Amino acid sequence: MTDLTAGSLTVDQIRADYTEMTRRKRVYGGILLIVFVALMAAGFRTADDRNAGSFADGWHRIFDYPAEVLSEAWEKIDALPANLVKFFPALVETINIAAASTLIGTIAGTFLALMSTRGMALWPALIPLFRRIADICRAIPEIVIALVLIFILGGGPVPAMIAIAIHTAGALGKLFSEVNENASLKPVEGLASVGAKWSQRMYLGVIPQVGPNYVSYALLRFEINIRASAILGFVGAGGLGYELRNSMSWGQGKYDQAAAIFLLLFVTIVVVDQISGHLRDRLTHGSEKGARA
Amino acid sequence: MSTFATDLTLDELKAEADRLFSRKRLINFGLPALVLVYLTYVFFAFDVPGLAGRANWENGKTLVADSYSYKTHIERDNRTGEVSAAIEGERKGAYPEGQAPDWVALGETTVIDLKDGHIVRFGPETVEYDIPGYGTVRATPTRSAGVQAELPAGDVPDWINVSKNRMAITTDAGRLTVTRNRSEVFRYFNGWELFFFTLDSPYYGKSFPQLMGLAANGEAGAILNDFWTNKMWRHQDVAWAIFETILMAFLGTLGAGMVALPLAFLATRNFNPLRSVRFLTRRVFDFVRGVDALIWTVVLARAFGPGPLTGALAILVTDTGTFGKIFSEALENVDQKQIEGVQSTGANAPQRYRFGVIPQVTPVLLSQLLYFLESNTRSATVIGAITGGGIGLLLTQAIITQKDWEEVAYYIVLIILMVMLMDWFSGWLRRRLIQGETKSKRVKTKTT
Repeated sequence: MTDLTAGSLTVDQIRADYTEMTRRKRVYGGILLIVFVALMAAGFRTADDRNAGSFADGWHRIFDYPAEVLSEAWEKIDALPANLVKFFPALVETINIAAASTLIGTIAGTFLALMSTRGMALWPALIPLFRRIADICRAIPEIVIALVLIFILGGGPVPAMIAIAIHTAGALGKLFSEVNENASLKPVEGLASVGAKWSQRMYLGVIPQVGPNYVSYALLRFEINIRASAILGFVGAGGLGYELRNSMSWGQGKYDQAAAIFLLLFVTIVVVDQISGHLRDRLTHGSEKGARA
Repeated sequence: MSTFATDLTLDELKAEADRLFSRKRLINFGLPALVLVYLTYVFFAFDVPGLAGRANWENGKTLVADSYSYKTHIERDNRTGEVSAAIEGERKGAYPEGQAPDWVALGETTVIDLKDGHIVRFGPETVEYDIPGYGTVRATPTRSAGVQAELPAGDVPDWINVSKNRMAITTDAGRLTVTRNRSEVFRYFNGWELFFFTLDSPYYGKSFPQLMGLAANGEAGAILNDFWTNKMWRHQDVAWAIFETILMAFLGTLGAGMVALPLAFLATRNFNPLRSVRFLTRRVFDFVRGVDALIWTVVLARAFGPGPLTGALAILVTDTGTFGKIFSEALENVDQKQIEGVQSTGANAPQRYRFGVIPQVTPVLLSQLLYFLESNTRSATVIGAITGGGIGLLLTQAIITQKDWEEVAYYIVLIILMVMLMDWFSGWLRRRLIQGETKSKRVKTKTT
């Protein structure tokens, strides 16, 4: 901080102070940069040491596998339409897992958010409890719940759906409660004054205010959940990921199928991203356009 | 927005209001109904009704019980007559020969005291089990005639299972299995046994003040070493695994940021006048993002093998696309006036970027990087489970054995703590680095 009362400072002193300050800033910046580079380098070396194959040996092989898959798929290019049709049900399953878990997660997240916002909670004393529940749901990676549920319920889409829904509920619960904090409580009070029950106050007083933001976040979550449901399929939870692992573990000879699955997954992700991005833009248009980074 | 004509009659206004109401009602009830219809469809498409048949609740019970309790096996080899004791029946948890827990009296007749008056005796020939309220069960295993069981008179209860070669009794106190070759007793206890020290450590069974006393006498190193190299719970491996997972997230996120920043300049309208390059860069971002971490993991695992490097690179590649998109949007929104101001002092191009552009986008960049650091800790767990590295690998291994559920519970707790710690850490760092960040601004930034 500069001393504002110091009218007696000469220009030389000011300049000296300023150069001193910039030098100090530069030294700090330099030290931070060195620490950062050292951390990255050390981290990379450690990861490289603990990996089965090293970066130096492997980097030129990155494209070997895609090339192998693509060349085999190209040879059997006429099988592609049949394969796309064959794996379409798996794609539907993956999308269903993502959509159902997003819906269930949104409903549960709305509930968690309402329960953990001051002025809206049904039991204000339990606000910290619901916040912790949301935190824990958010912290659990989907794969943990999915693997445990696969052991109990057997493979299939249901474990993946439950696992993704739990994580989604936690993640959306946090975002929604931030939205809720910006909502006006006046409609809620008005409804309370005419004798509305808690559910009526929330459904008629809060949800209309926060609806567009909720939908926007839920759409973003849907994009993320499509990817998550593909990944969970890979550990045995059905859908495209499961088919991908099967076609890959057969090794050569089934790469045409693997390529078809790659293609389906890629196109789905891009299309869903585009549609949801477009919808989100429309939902937030105007009110948030400038603030969006 | 609907507009209202001002010269309407009362009836027309009323009709207008009615229409508005019915539309609102339709949306208010139609939307939930639509959601319900979809969920019903999914309910049947996923065959949830058939799930009850396929589900293995026995597995669930073992899982829950095993995650907070452990069992000690007392086993007699019926041919040699040797009795051995082991926690969870594992070699790592075996008592040294001739030793057993204090509720087992070794001798010619080994007496095993399960709680509440349940007593099992391994005699030289016959195994006896006193069950309070039922009577004494005797079983004589012989090589020629199998297992000859003598039960008290009456019907055989359903918790006793007798066949020619095998007898199994399950009670609240424990479980006895007798086959031709082996007699085995399980006794269940609550807790995670051997968590600190295994049986071969001299510090096993010592209380905390005792350990503190020993540590003060210069044995702290040995105590820590015994804890660190615990064969049952593998604290060393677990610590490394968590470190690997965080390392994957760290390298992946920051590496992606470093790759994406220069590329993001190429994708912006105000910094790159070449339309074709701009278009190309943006499609590259879309492509690496669309291919998704799963496929990148699979592809990279072929080149580099399993391990943390593969996971880090998979995160790096995927997030390069995401960061490229976010960063280029941030760069397109920078204020030109600041750049012009710097330019007016005679700054050259690198100086213009350094002092005119970077300070404007730093808050966005940093907050996104830190958000992704936390979310990538979770992704690194998942990727580790697929490609083999970090805590994700340990978790899948423990689940695949289908019996170490206490370890699974331990890893789950660790993972949750790790993610929450990273969440707190990234939030703390964000507040420290970006002082001006307000709450409303945070709401609007995107997170995964």
